[in-house]
Amino acid sequence: MSTVDVPRGVPLDRPNPFDPSTSLAEIRATRPVSRMIFFPDEHLGWFVTDHGLARQVLADTRFSSASLTPRSPVDAPFLFNKVQKVPVDPGTFIRMDPPDHTRLRRKLTGVFTVRRMNELEDRVSQIVDLHLDAMESQPRPVDLVKHFALPIPSMVICELLGVPYEEREQFEARTRHMFSLSTKPEDRLSHMKAIQGFIAALAVGKRSDPADDLLSDLTRDEDLTDDELAGMGFLLLVAGHETTANMLGLGTFALLEHPEQAALLRSEPELMPKAVEELLRYLSVIHLGPRREAIEDIELAGHHIKKGEQVLISVPAANRDPAKFDDPDVLDVTRNATGHLAFGHGVHQCLGQQLARIEMRTAFDALLRRFPTLRLAVPAEEVPLRTDMGIYGVHSLPVTW
Amino acid sequence: MRIHADREVCVAAGMCALTAPDLFDQDEDDGRVIVLRSDLTDHDVEAAHEAVELCPSGALRITG
Repeated sequence: MSTVDVPRGVPLDRPNPFDPSTSLAEIRATRPVSRMIFFPDEHLGWFVTDHGLARQVLADTRFSSASLTPRSPVDAPFLFNKVQKVPVDPGTFIRMDPPDHTRLRRKLTGVFTVRRMNELEDRVSQIVDLHLDAMESQPRPVDLVKHFALPIPSMVICELLGVPYEEREQFEARTRHMFSLSTKPEDRLSHMKAIQGFIAALAVGKRSDPADDLLSDLTRDEDLTDDELAGMGFLLLVAGHETTANMLGLGTFALLEHPEQAALLRSEPELMPKAVEELLRYLSVIHLGPRREAIEDIELAGHHIKKGEQVLISVPAANRDPAKFDDPDVLDVTRNATGHLAFGHGVHQCLGQQLARIEMRTAFDALLRRFPTLRLAVPAEEVPLRTDMGIYGVHSLPVTW
Repeated sequence: MRIHADREVCVAAGMCALTAPDLFDQDEDDGRVIVLRSDLTDHDVEAAHEAVELCPSGALRITG
């Protein structure tokens, strides 16, 4: 392979708001396991775009989450300019391998079961209605991100964890800075520490005055240190609002730009569970990862991946793989889109996915019913896209009805 | 045909309970898989295979 064939990081250009870079399809068709250059140190690693191989890597814990040198597939100011392994913060189990990962994840999985999440549906529905009422009373146009997509998952995760909702502006702003590719690395770390400190302080209060919430439950677990609790709470709070928020914002944009799909969901609301899977597949808001590092030499589809080399999995490419999904570039809410990798695969598959599903079903359904004439208030080209963020979506979505 | 679940491997993502609720549930304490009915009828073979395919940890398999 000539060096010209080696992509310098993940291609970020997009032909439109919903499709990933067209070069992803080309790379997947010709080199499903490709070399790729990572930053900041020009590390020659790997890029996996094929659905089946992406699953294989994510299911293999020799592709480690713990032993992960801080690198990035994007050359941007958020990176340190020197590569240096940093210890993983206690409690941050997304950056651990079994058995450390297993120990912490199992303390939370009982809370996020399908049944427990289904029991939350009525409360999620009330929260959605509350925000739709508020949106309806606003002067139009309304920014759907500010009034709907972001506050709904924020309020849901606040109630589940026991975080006072009044604090949302603080943690939402810090999360936004943390995921911005233009935030300096020192600032990114200080925002992270600030949220962890905020959770730690909340936990102190809950220890003496427990309530019926997840943070209170965790304070009763004598096996957890205070730092672990802060790290876990941080993960849940950040992952709990930012990802779903972007699916709600970008998902609404996609439905408005595919009015025949929105019409189908209004006339056949029972299609909503399928539609949510399809939107997850089609939009792939996790556009820059996940990333792993080989902890031993591993053969992958005829390639020899050496110990210490990094592997980037492209969720957008895997979710548009024609070998897995027919007409992958078509948004079709009637298709069976299960098997997409929007929530990942393997031991790290999203802990909160059943909550995210309930939130998306409830929110999209109520939004479409409440505003039968919902439409964009600006030309589609003017919607600001989050190509500058670690999680893709829209910065704002001006709508009217 | 029979369904087998390895609870040590299970990561409690809930895909089986979501996909085939007649066959699988999750433990109330830690969310790990509980097989409700391990002998499969013709009626649930398709759902069982889908659950095996979607399980992120490879905790499920079908024999026979």
